[in-house]
Amino acid sequence: MVKKKIRVLICKPGLDGHDRGAMVVARALRDAGMEVIYTGLRQTPEMIAESTLQEDVDIVGLSILSGAHMALVPKIIELIRGQGQKDVGIVLGGIIPDEDVLTLKELGVADVFGPGTNTQEIIRTVFDLAGVEANDID
Amino acid sequence: MTSTDLILQGDRLALARLLTQIENESPDGLEALGLLYPHTGQAHIVGITGAPGTGKSTLVNQLALHLRKRPTLGDDTPPRVGIVAVDPSSPFSGGAILGDRIRMRDLAGDAGVFIRSMASRGALGGLARATAAVGLALDAAGFQIILIETVGAGQAEVDIASNAHTTVVIEAPSMGDAIQANKAGILEIADILVVNKADIPGADTTVATLRLSLEMAGSANTHAAVEDRTGSGRENSWEIPVLETVATKGEGMSDLVEKIFAHREYLTTSGGLKIREGKRVRSQMESLLREELFKRFLKGRPDGEFEETVQMVVDRERSPAQAIEELLKGKKL
Repeated sequence: MVKKKIRVLICKPGLDGHDRGAMVVARALRDAGMEVIYTGLRQTPEMIAESTLQEDVDIVGLSILSGAHMALVPKIIELIRGQGQKDVGIVLGGIIPDEDVLTLKELGVADVFGPGTNTQEIIRTVFDLAGVEANDID
Repeated sequence: MTSTDLILQGDRLALARLLTQIENESPDGLEALGLLYPHTGQAHIVGITGAPGTGKSTLVNQLALHLRKRPTLGDDTPPRVGIVAVDPSSPFSGGAILGDRIRMRDLAGDAGVFIRSMASRGALGGLARATAAVGLALDAAGFQIILIETVGAGQAEVDIASNAHTTVVIEAPSMGDAIQANKAGILEIADILVVNKADIPGADTTVATLRLSLEMAGSANTHAAVEDRTGSGRENSWEIPVLETVATKGEGMSDLVEKIFAHREYLTTSGGLKIREGKRVRSQMESLLREELFKRFLKGRPDGEFEETVQMVVDRERSPAQAIEELLKGKKL
């Protein structure tokens, strides 16, 4: 049996076309030894839920800079949980006002990363959520 | 209900979870695969390979779209299509960015399609170690056509040929001259050659070069020649077509779909399918045996011995062959 690999889905829901942040995070997670499935821009909640299922990922990372997070994120969580993936960790990155962060966390977002977040912090959080110690990864 | 029952009934989450177990070579996954094995052998496995940037993912996207509109032989319903897309793992961190889905967004929402990305996890040859097993699981789950997209292949990543029934090799214009086309390796494994991006200058030259190279190889190709020796008859030999496509626009895709079905038909009637199936299973068993023997060998030896031996070879105290010989004799180094 080979050691567990953390699989992460990184996607850009909605209509904003700024994917630099998503790419930086994807690259950082790759360099931390994870397998990152990158789906590209303009993903609908349905597309994200479908990829989450087919790829059986441990973590879903959503990058949203458009301000549409309150419309998109609850729908995505509902779809993912509804298809039986109760333990997939969902994290969010982008420009999210503080009051929305609280609401989103109540809805089940595990963590929210704003501009300037150190990638090491994101990596640590993903390891924690996946229940894997960093040094378990080969 | 067990996970294998669920998979046979078409449960997608159960399938996705099994694929993860297979990739991680977990005992549960291997056991489930054993239970599913009698239900496999129905699917036609198509390998898609070619150099990085020739348009493999885009072509797979279009190919799946077209397949989903085409009734299969003797059946009114289009085939269900499983896709396994392999991308390379970093040799340093072990991580990977799997980006093939970016080009496959047109397939979203189609319950007759299942896409799975795989990292190569250190395997050479263009596939991951578990790719064949993932293909088997999709086969058992009722996907009738399985498209396996290799990592961006160079000249020698030819494992796909022993894992697929039909191998499609994709070239793009201006990738090399006539000498490249005559080198051994990836071009030799093609059952169907595709020059993608056929709308950019130089495509005609690439097509002409490939056709010339095929003519020089004689009208019968390597596979056909091998199969002929078993008495399938020369008149049945398969002539490798060179097709032009523009995958971004969907051009040439119907031709490609028809050629894949024609190749399937050829394999069935010529008896080549059985021969290929034999070769495919043999190659899978060989590599499983190799891995298993290696694992068992390590298990039976003192901890760290192998690593120490590697170091001795690095330090030039032994040649690799001498070191292996001594390891196998169980000599204390």
